[in-house]
Amino acid sequence: MLSRVAESLYWMSRYIERAENNARIAEVNLQMLLDLTNQQGADPNQQWDPIISSLEENELFTSLYPTPDGKAVIDFVSLQKKNPNSIVSCLTRARENARTTSEQISSEMWEQINKLYLFAKSDPAKKLVRTSPYEFFKRVITGSHLFQGITDATMTHGEGWDFIRIGKLLERADCTSRLLDIKYHILLPSGEKVGGNVDTIQWMSVLRSCSALEAYRKVYFGQVAPWKVAEFIITHSAFPRSIRFAVDCFDAALHHISGSAETKYDNEAERLSGRLRYDLDYATIGEIFKFGLHEYLEKIQNRLAEIDRALHATYCAESEVATITTD
Amino acid sequence: MGNFFSDYQVGDFFDEMFAAPGVARPHYSKLLARFKEMDREEFERKRALAASTFLSQGVTFTVYNDDQGTERIFPFDLLPRIIPAEEWDAIERGLVQRITALNLFLHDIYHQQNILRDGVIPKSIVWEAAHFRHEFMHFDVPRNVYIHICGTDLIRDKDGNYLVLEDNARCPSGVSYVIENRQTMKRTFPSLLGQYRVRPVEDYSQELLNVLRYIAPRAQREPTVVLLTPGVHNSAYFEHSFLARSMGIEIVEGRDLVAQGGKVFMRTTKGHQQVDVIYRRINDDFLDPQVFRKDSGLGVPGLVEAYRDGNVSLANSIGTGIADDKAVYHFVPKMIRYYLSEDALLPNVPTYLASVKEDLTYILEHISELVVKAVNESGGYGMLMGPQATKAECEKFKEKVRKNPRNYIAQPVIPLSRAPSFCDDSMQGRHVDLRPFILYGEKVTIVPGGLTRVALRKGSLIVNSSQGGGSKDTWVLEDGAA
Repeated sequence: MLSRVAESLYWMSRYIERAENNARIAEVNLQMLLDLTNQQGADPNQQWDPIISSLEENELFTSLYPTPDGKAVIDFVSLQKKNPNSIVSCLTRARENARTTSEQISSEMWEQINKLYLFAKSDPAKKLVRTSPYEFFKRVITGSHLFQGITDATMTHGEGWDFIRIGKLLERADCTSRLLDIKYHILLPSGEKVGGNVDTIQWMSVLRSCSALEAYRKVYFGQVAPWKVAEFIITHSAFPRSIRFAVDCFDAALHHISGSAETKYDNEAERLSGRLRYDLDYATIGEIFKFGLHEYLEKIQNRLAEIDRALHATYCAESEVATITTD
Repeated sequence: MGNFFSDYQVGDFFDEMFAAPGVARPHYSKLLARFKEMDREEFERKRALAASTFLSQGVTFTVYNDDQGTERIFPFDLLPRIIPAEEWDAIERGLVQRITALNLFLHDIYHQQNILRDGVIPKSIVWEAAHFRHEFMHFDVPRNVYIHICGTDLIRDKDGNYLVLEDNARCPSGVSYVIENRQTMKRTFPSLLGQYRVRPVEDYSQELLNVLRYIAPRAQREPTVVLLTPGVHNSAYFEHSFLARSMGIEIVEGRDLVAQGGKVFMRTTKGHQQVDVIYRRINDDFLDPQVFRKDSGLGVPGLVEAYRDGNVSLANSIGTGIADDKAVYHFVPKMIRYYLSEDALLPNVPTYLASVKEDLTYILEHISELVVKAVNESGGYGMLMGPQATKAECEKFKEKVRKNPRNYIAQPVIPLSRAPSFCDDSMQGRHVDLRPFILYGEKVTIVPGGLTRVALRKGSLIVNSSQGGGSKDTWVLEDGAA
């Protein structure tokens, strides 16, 4: 497969996943806002800060919106073209990448990504964001799921599909770790009433952002507690949005591309990903907290970025690589 | 509104559908009957379905210099253009004859140049042509085929005779719309298509792939065929990716290819892989900055050397631009006589060459009645429509012609045939042309029909998509089906 195409498939997939994650965070905060409007001592506007910080676009946001209220935040994360990580921007870039590879992906995939993009840019979508943002976010999330389903059902499960998987899972691991990090950062200091109602609702919202609340309930009983949430989201081996699960899967996909055994490595990307995978396999929540949750998550993000760079260097860099002969 | 055609004006043109007001030609009678039983609501539903199909599939072209979203749908008109079997047979014979002569001509002028020595075509016409590639004299192209893919534009005059307006022998585009239009008609008018026996067009991609594999340099292994595109911003990018996908080949940009040691490779995730055949959708000028335009970032340095070494084949060959030079066009009927000893089955439009003295005088005196065209332009650019031009525009063009006569030709304005099209809420006659796509490999193959382009602006004779043109599905009927 062409190196350029591999790279485009990878980024197409990352951007769709990013659009979905941004929609998730916004949707859940929107719900939380409703839960909290009647709570004593809770400032609804404050609830939006985590979203903005998680997007790392704080300055841009304040420069674009004089009154940083809920409406401004929703516009910023959904439709703002100047925000490189808004849902519309992510879908635009996902589609641009799909367009340059549209002979590699199935026409059904292309049609779905194109439809999702056209929807996000349409006037009805703008109206929806104003009148019923929940529905808008839901459509984006469902659209992303549909794309993933179509991808699995219509594309040959070969090299291109593996690059798509890697893009999706790497992005998911990254987004999940940021989500948890930001929440932890903001929620814990303000949690003077640890175990109180507000706190529980907040942590439930973290789980809901990852569609994890129901799965969590099946594993843990009793009160929703921060360390249990962190344990579930970081280390659960079978929940599809946990960090460990994502890392396991993209590590497998990397080996699928090179054909090397999962216990060995063939290139730098595999070496780094294998190491991260086994670290997560053997991590305990006690250790993680001892190390510092924020520090731990930050380290994971850095390691994901390293894997991304190594992946690029291995498969996509312009440097001279061995010539294959098909004679 | 029950009858879509109650107010239809046939006008003073050849009408594709109506022989006289209210009288449909026999091969259109089923279509007319279908529209008589259809109400407005059903028609609108079909129109909406067609539009959403094109949009969601991203069947779009890029408009240059347009900062409002750069992609547009090529407008599609739901009324098909229908061509009876015997009419198509005659067209097909004419096209086969023409492509055969053009290939013989290209071989000749890049070798012995007999046609010039025998004085059939003036030497200067060829030697001064911008697209004549002196560098490729005495070069033997793979399998001796120069034009593998040709798009020849046909029009019909007032009496319904088919005439050749021009040959596009470099990188003709539009074939993806032929296939997509048919797909859309299958969704919107399934029963009507079933009533007519329409010849399929879907095998174009397979035929094209056969041609590309046929010209591969080495027979020992499965050839690697790629499509070279200028990139996603090219106006025909949709078509490039459509064709690559339907042939199952890679679509590459110049930066994906590297020439080394007289061979061309593509950069893949598993290293460099040798490429055998390139279906290039890039003009000669941009192919290789070492040989042609130095500023080209689209091409591949060293590509031409590999081509000369016979390690990679190109479709179309380098140097075919001379065959679609509009001054050379004038001589195609003479070529046919010269090489094949036959009369041209499809006549040309009468053409005046500004480089010929008497013709130049005529052009300058009658410019307001003529269409004047630059010899190397296409897409409706670089031309003057005399009857619609202002006096000042005519004067300006005269000046251009006087300055560089070799660069211009002129033709009388042909009143193109019209076909009913849905415009401004009713059926109206609009001018159409037809671009069949001719494939030349082991044999000549022409997918039945081609792209019918329609000038949707009232009164306009310009069918190009960049100038308000749209398209229709073209139905060539099986023998005995009407």
